[in-house]
Amino acid sequence: MRLARDFRGTLIVAALAVLFTLIAPVTLEFFTIITLTQVIGLAILGLSLALIWGFGGILCFGQTAFFGLGAYAYAIAATNIGGSTGAILIAVLVAAAFAAILGYFVFYGRVSDVYLAVITLTVSLILYSLIRRTSGPEYKIGDALLGGFNGTGAPPLNIPGDASAMLFPEHIFYVAMAALILVYILCGRVVTTHFGRVCVAIRENETRAELLAYDTRLYKLGIFTLGAAIAGLGGVFFAVGISRVTPDVFGLGQSALTIIWVIVGGRGTLIGPILATFALYYLTAALGTQQLLNTNLILGIILVIFVLAVPRGVIPTLTGWAATRRQRRALRARERRLRLRRPRGGEVAGEAE
Amino acid sequence: MRRGEVVLETRNLSMAFGGVRAVDRVDFTLWDGELRCLIGPNGAGKSTFFKCLTGQLRPTEGDVVIRDVHVAGREPHEIAALGVGIKTQVPNVFDGLSAEENIWIAARRWHGAERARTLTRETIERLQLGEVRTRIVGTLAHGQRQWVELGMVVAADPWLVLLDEPAAGMTHEETGRTAELIREINRSAAMIVVEHDMQFIRMISRTVTLFHEGRILMEDSMDAISADPVAREIYLGHRA
Amino acid sequence: MDQIASDALTIVYGIANLALISLGLAIIFGMMRVINLAHGEFLMLGGYTVVVATNNGVNLWIAMLILAPLVVGVIGVVVERLLIRWLYGRMIDTLLATWGLSLLFIGIVTSIFGASTTTTISPPLGVITIGAYTSSGYELFLIGVAIALMAGVYAVLKLTTLGLLARGTMQNAEMAAALGVSTSRIYMITFGLGAAVSGLAGGLLAPITGVLPTIGVVYIAKAFITVISGGQAILAGTASASVLLGGVNGIVAFITGPTIGEVALLLLAIVLLRLMPTGITGRFFRKSL
Ligand SMILES: Nc1ncnc2c1ncn2[C@@H]1O[C@H](COP(=O)(O)OP(=O)(O)OP(=O)(O)O)[C@@H](O)[C@H]1O
Ligand SMILES: [Mg+2]
Repeated sequence: MRLARDFRGTLIVAALAVLFTLIAPVTLEFFTIITLTQVIGLAILGLSLALIWGFGGILCFGQTAFFGLGAYAYAIAATNIGGSTGAILIAVLVAAAFAAILGYFVFYGRVSDVYLAVITLTVSLILYSLIRRTSGPEYKIGDALLGGFNGTGAPPLNIPGDASAMLFPEHIFYVAMAALILVYILCGRVVTTHFGRVCVAIRENETRAELLAYDTRLYKLGIFTLGAAIAGLGGVFFAVGISRVTPDVFGLGQSALTIIWVIVGGRGTLIGPILATFALYYLTAALGTQQLLNTNLILGIILVIFVLAVPRGVIPTLTGWAATRRQRRALRARERRLRLRRPRGGEVAGEAE
Repeated sequence: MRRGEVVLETRNLSMAFGGVRAVDRVDFTLWDGELRCLIGPNGAGKSTFFKCLTGQLRPTEGDVVIRDVHVAGREPHEIAALGVGIKTQVPNVFDGLSAEENIWIAARRWHGAERARTLTRETIERLQLGEVRTRIVGTLAHGQRQWVELGMVVAADPWLVLLDEPAAGMTHEETGRTAELIREINRSAAMIVVEHDMQFIRMISRTVTLFHEGRILMEDSMDAISADPVAREIYLGHRA
Repeated sequence: MDQIASDALTIVYGIANLALISLGLAIIFGMMRVINLAHGEFLMLGGYTVVVATNNGVNLWIAMLILAPLVVGVIGVVVERLLIRWLYGRMIDTLLATWGLSLLFIGIVTSIFGASTTTTISPPLGVITIGAYTSSGYELFLIGVAIALMAGVYAVLKLTTLGLLARGTMQNAEMAAALGVSTSRIYMITFGLGAAVSGLAGGLLAPITGVLPTIGVVYIAKAFITVISGGQAILAGTASASVLLGGVNGIVAFITGPTIGEVALLLLAIVLLRLMPTGITGRFFRKSL
């Protein structure tokens, strides 16, 4: 069945990622490994939006709100608890709880796509301006100073149960990669379950799903909350990767980037946005070192070009090409067979898609 | 399921859009096992009435009772969850999914994975959708999309079925098959079918309700309605 | 007494400010059902127009009241012709494209003028005194401008042929297209007009806020909330949402400080949306402009 095949694809990609994880520390420079952790955090963020927008059809322009909340919650919790394991859990829960409350209002109010997009973006912008104003010593949660626009320090990961056993950067890289791969498998699995397929069906036609007795609000809330939890986890690794959290995690630039990853990688694929995250991170990093072209300028051009010319994104466009070519080849093969007057029963190979 | 029971009833049902009453104080009763056709000229208010039954519109006044449950103003999914199968006038299918997946989604709502798969296979056979099983529904012809939608209704095995213009845009042959299917569904479910096609209605109906300007004008057999001069004037006259 | 008058004036200015920064966005949203995510950058471009013009010796009033709307209006028309019109009927793509545009504008302005600008313009008109309290004369002027602008848009919608066509398109774009009204041209003019109003607002606010390539961010959150809470009627929506949100923001900010005021604004908007998913004018004042 189709389902089994889709999930097998996920596992194959995951296996390749495991391979990458094992060779990366051997072949890459130490510094690259350190920055990679933070990019992995971003990739988890991209994956979360790929899930809720690409599969759930929920146009969330402010996915960074959950990412940033996860990052701040981790930093604050880890500083207070003195260990990272519980703090990660808290970060994920904070992001999910915030999304559940926000989601209740927008989905049960049945606001339109445009409103949803703008409201979520606004939420992250408000968080941005809110957290920027917390620079005084009075803004303090437990032992953690919020630090205004300077942000607050994020402690590194430690071995569960032993707060003094800090992990080395390459070990943190392994943990982050493991998280990314596991979340990727989880998402790949979720979209093949009943729940995931109903979410896709709702994306395709909400009215129809309603008329088939599905409470679409609940499903949307569910996948939205799951996506936020994942984004929160991404925030944790981002914070750990740069050992700091600043208000920029909520910023307009970060929100735009997240959308661009999904647009470029393609909606309806999980791996596309992940790859796009890595690619664009290194592109903008390379651009940042030269003065000629402004990063915003390039990102703006990329976004406009993709919307106009490659609206489906890279991965679906490529697989679409491959599928049509396969189909054409199969068709030609069949014609050839027919011409040879050896008609053989059976359908044209290759499914639409 | 005992015959002769009321399965759906509206009392004083009204739906106003601004100043226009598209449905105007309608009292309507559907009995168990019945197959009722709704007819009426364009804009008579049939679809609006229909949407009040399915929860897509919240009636401005009056009540809808389905099997003792007051459903006016409820959400569509709550009404569908009572076991009501619904097909809308504008085809509503999952365009980006295959025909099979469309029907599976419907079946899986009520059954476990195993049973849903069997039901999906059976429904596809029953509606002769085998050829397009794996095709993306958005790429199918209009008639076939309608059939996929009917398949979704059937797969859920409802006891009350509401269809708004199920044969619209179908070829002559497809229309005949649809009529057959509707008679078959009717064996296990009470039905309301909105239609324009006279021939089609003759194929399936016993009692016909004639809508005009938001009200029920008559309720009788098709033959009696086509013989009635007033009905001919407002409805059949339009068509001639 | 004087204190109350002075505080009330602050709140009224908050409302006028909200209306001013939202009106251009509301025009585009009301007509095209699209939120222009480059709205903040239209305001920013208005500000830069004023700075560049005054640096080149243009009179401040001419720069603010004439040049800013003119320049940004023209930019709006160009953007609509080059980009937006390819995306009619693709609501989400239009949103995304305007977001790309927003980044593009920030990038271009940063490349030309640098990431920060040292030039500042001090607000004209000095201070006025209310008894023992003083108030900015320029803020008072802006309240007047907000009212005049609303009246102007009302007049255009109500009295001109363009307004009539626009209203038709607003009610039902397909119908208007079927009647032979060129919706494409209307959309072009709408976009230009919305941009011009935003440019004017941005130009007028430049003396108060200064200019930066990224200053758009300061405005858009509030403008989005106002327009979405207001709903689709351009004037009634902007006015009612500005009064409600600006009022609440002003009062809360007065009691607890500006940060919480903004949060209150957002919370109120989200609760409003739960109660009225299509905005205030989706529920009330439906027939209004
Ligand atoms: N959402 C709406 N807003 C305003 N008016 C509406 C709306 N829906 C329907 N109407 C009006 O209500 C009246 C009844 O429409 P309805 O669609 O119920 O007719 P119908 O009998 O189904 O016609 P048809 O045979 O063409 O499907 C029409 O005058 C129509 O214009
Ligand atoms: Mg109808």
